Amino acid sequence: MRFTHRREAVSAECDMTPMIDMTFQLIAFFMVLINFAEADQNQRIHLPTSQLAKPPEAPFEIPVTLHLTKDGTVIYAGEEVPLQQVEPLLRREKSFIERGLYGKHKPRDATVIIRADAEAKAGQVQELIALCQGLEFEKFALRAQQEEIQGGT
Amino acid sequence: MRIRNTGRRSESVELMMTPMIDIVFQLLIFFILTFKIVLPEGDFNVKMPRGAPARGNPLEPTIPMKVKMTANDAGQLTGVYLEQVKMPANDPFGALRARILQVVGANTGPDSKAANQELELDCDPNLHYRYVIDAISAASGKVMPDGQIVKLIEKIKFTPPPQH
Repeated sequence: MRFTHRREAVSAECDMTPMIDMTFQLIAFFMVLINFAEADQNQRIHLPTSQLAKPPEAPFEIPVTLHLTKDGTVIYAGEEVPLQQVEPLLRREKSFIERGLYGKHKPRDATVIIRADAEAKAGQVQELIALCQGLEFEKFALRAQQEEIQGGT
Repeated sequence: MRIRNTGRRSESVELMMTPMIDIVFQLLIFFILTFKIVLPEGDFNVKMPRGAPARGNPLEPTIPMKVKMTANDAGQLTGVYLEQVKMPANDPFGALRARILQVVGANTGPDSKAANQELELDCDPNLHYRYVIDAISAASGKVMPDGQIVKLIEKIKFTPPPQH
């Protein structure tokens, strides 16, 4: 008696669908969390913390962000200069505001955001504010890192 | 007429998954590598026009409350004074907030004393900026036990730095 051996070719295919689902979910997660607005952040600055520092309700109309490091240098628009040499940069910003880069405004309409390091000297922060005041900037936002509120103080 | 079956087999359309998975993984690696945890930041809004008089009710001009902070050479806080009265060293900012609350009262409406009161910060030039923020926090509000924030003084300015 003759037996015919009928073995079918078994294709070993794994189901890729759950893996692709998960991968797409991970991509969606990272895409949502990615922060494109890093122009006003600098990893060298360790901000002081405060429970009362609250994020602005609306973005500032004309923000001018100045970072003050603990060494006393100012980082503005990616340029790092000593505090004494920041005035020309601010003058340039002032002329941009006045000439209508943001639609013809005055420096007093701009908000100077000061991101000073927790260990920066108060005197240097004051000097920076005085420099801005000299160029007719009036509104300042002293930035701090939000601290979680844990009951009363 | 007889139509012949031309022998077209049912073709299985298989999608090439490999390039897509390659791209997807590359995207995933890009996002993982560029991912940064950004902590939330907040602002203390201060309006400081140069040399302008204090705004408020012109009939009742307010004298700014003066807070002086002294520091050692390393920038560490050595004393907090409210109108020349030294705050206790163990919790100077808690005491400062309590004293300010005593002076301006708990009423924080638009015409309240707190809304019109100004605060002038006189800081040692060497003082670390974190203490300035602590003082501004102490003066500008209080966190109640239920987590609500009660605003105190919002008009904060600095004593002009000494001229060199």
